[in-house]
Amino acid sequence: MGMADAKFLKFDTLSLHAGQRPDPETGARAVPIHMTTSFLFQDVDHAAALFNLEQPGHIYSRISNPTVAVLEERLAALEGGVGAVCTASGQAALSLAVMTLMGAGGHIVASASLYGGSRNLLGYTLPRFGIDTSFVDPRDHAAWRAAIRPETRLVFAEVLGNPGLEVLDIPAISAVAHDAGVPLLVDATFATPYLCRPLQHGADLVMHSCTKWLGGHGTAIGGAVIDGGTFDWEASGKFPTLTEPYAGYHGIDFAEEYGPAAFLMRARAEGLRDFGACMSPMNAFQILQGVETLPHRMRGHIHNTRKVVGFLETELGRPDGAVAWVNYPELADHPDHALAAELLPRGCGSIVSFGVRGGRAGGRRFIEALKVFSHLANVGDAKSLVIHPASTTHAQLDTAALAASGVGEDMVRLSIGLEDCDDLIDDLKQALRAAAKG
Amino acid sequence: MEIRVRDEAVYAHTGGRDFDAALPVAVLLHGAGMDHTAWSLQTRWLAHRGLSVLALDLPGHGRSGGVPLASVGELADWVAALLDALGVERATLAGHSMGALVALDAAARHRGRVAGLALFGVAERMPVHPDLLALAATDQPEAVELVVGWGYGPRGHVGGSPVPGMALLPAGRRLLQAARPGVLGVDLSLCNAYGGAVEAAAAVACPTVLVLGDGDRMTPAKAGRALASRIAGARVELLPGVGHMIMSEAPVPSARAILGVAPKGA
Repeated sequence: MGMADAKFLKFDTLSLHAGQRPDPETGARAVPIHMTTSFLFQDVDHAAALFNLEQPGHIYSRISNPTVAVLEERLAALEGGVGAVCTASGQAALSLAVMTLMGAGGHIVASASLYGGSRNLLGYTLPRFGIDTSFVDPRDHAAWRAAIRPETRLVFAEVLGNPGLEVLDIPAISAVAHDAGVPLLVDATFATPYLCRPLQHGADLVMHSCTKWLGGHGTAIGGAVIDGGTFDWEASGKFPTLTEPYAGYHGIDFAEEYGPAAFLMRARAEGLRDFGACMSPMNAFQILQGVETLPHRMRGHIHNTRKVVGFLETELGRPDGAVAWVNYPELADHPDHALAAELLPRGCGSIVSFGVRGGRAGGRRFIEALKVFSHLANVGDAKSLVIHPASTTHAQLDTAALAASGVGEDMVRLSIGLEDCDDLIDDLKQALRAAAKG
Repeated sequence: MEIRVRDEAVYAHTGGRDFDAALPVAVLLHGAGMDHTAWSLQTRWLAHRGLSVLALDLPGHGRSGGVPLASVGELADWVAALLDALGVERATLAGHSMGALVALDAAARHRGRVAGLALFGVAERMPVHPDLLALAATDQPEAVELVVGWGYGPRGHVGGSPVPGMALLPAGRRLLQAARPGVLGVDLSLCNAYGGAVEAAAAVACPTVLVLGDGDRMTPAKAGRALASRIAGARVELLPGVGHMIMSEAPVPSARAILGVAPKGA
């Protein structure tokens, strides 16, 4: 008789339960909101032990908090990482990852097709702190390899580029990073772990803007970095923050002390302690509510998105129609169609971009005619959203950078929500008619 | 720190304090396929409570050189050789699973050298299923899945990690995946082959505690109690809601148990 397989809780169950042990004192089933700045020490010895990392526990909610910790552990479980650090926003998550890995003199190789905020941080702000970034076409593997320098400490890209929807070849780009002795960090916000678990494909670190599909209700800003625990910092030799004694914490050497969890522990012990971009317990609670239904919502998002894409394809075929082009990785003419089928078999997210005939003016008439879609700067809400990236999220970029980011003047970005898809299609139909009228 | 034992480099983590042979010494012995980080939630705590701690990477594991030794007896003798190399006459031994068998065997074979014994996740016999042995012998990834799947209790499978933000089960998976090829197979084989626990238990002559998880499905607490009954004066600490990966599932009780059997420092 064969040995019984080990049983592991599956994704939908983890979405509801991971990270939580119901409070034994109150029996509260929902995750309690621990709205407290600080936590009682049992005695002086206990206090000293916590501060000296001799034993785990909560001290102060900037560094850790029980409500936030449930979300962190849940996201780690869903991604298959050794742990997570939640942050005030997705941008704080990216900053935290960079600050944990490098200081002045460090270099990053990043996809040119990034969320505008990430692009701003890497391209304009971090150089002021001595950290430079080379941007490359995410589909050009040779360009990734060519951009690596001796001082490169990180390779960074989005699983689904924003807003161009390039699908990152995670196995190939992680190989480029690993050959250079550096980790691959991916922003998996558009995919969520329901659609893609990047650590399984070779990524070492994953970040999210929890504000989007993880939270899913447009109520709370938050971010997370998940440590895959796979990268061998010691063998690389390029990460003294993780492999050499840290005077800021009693000479601790994080790789020696925590092995696969070295990055995770340093990111919290230094990154949250000193930079302080922590997530509030209330936001963690709100995002946890979202994560509970993540698989169900993602199934709904994908269902509606496929219907809307089908509608836009039909409009594209109309000679007098207002749709100039449609971009979604499941479409046969998308350059990453085959890769998407491999890495995102459950669906390619709920962002669709398309071109409105009539350029900027046509796009404006279209957006202003929409009634069900909300015109705002967010994605991943349960409600359907629309924006014109060239004049908003990516407005800081010059024409060349806009082109490199795949943002055209005529581009409209939709974030497909959970309304009845017939209502969404009716709304799009009438707005396209309005755009075409001129 | 690095120690030379039988011409091989041995790595020991000392918990943020320099090794001091004048203090009571505690040697921490990890389980199959693991390394010193199995004790990362105990090492600093103990080192700051009067013990000189050595959380070892056994031969062929972690940062140590050499190849994994093939029997519990060889490992027990190797521990004595390590103490010789350090000039340490007596030490408290703490071991988890395979490491617990080594500690127990060392306490019997080298009675005068062992001042205290803390055995985690241990039983009289540790038979390993032939399927798992076969998978581990050929480095199949499923072997790690079986060890963590059966090894962790609810804090690993569901959550409530003692370390904020850490997911215990994936962390344990990564630790085992980081082992060198063949290591897990050798370790599980020597656990499976060891039949000396009953005899060794009768020879133990030092303060002893067995730390058992009431949800341990690899070395069930009942089997641990049976072993405890054969060790004169042994105490059992049964931890509720804890599986086989005791030190990460219940870090502070684990650390206190070790301190409890160690001699008090000057």
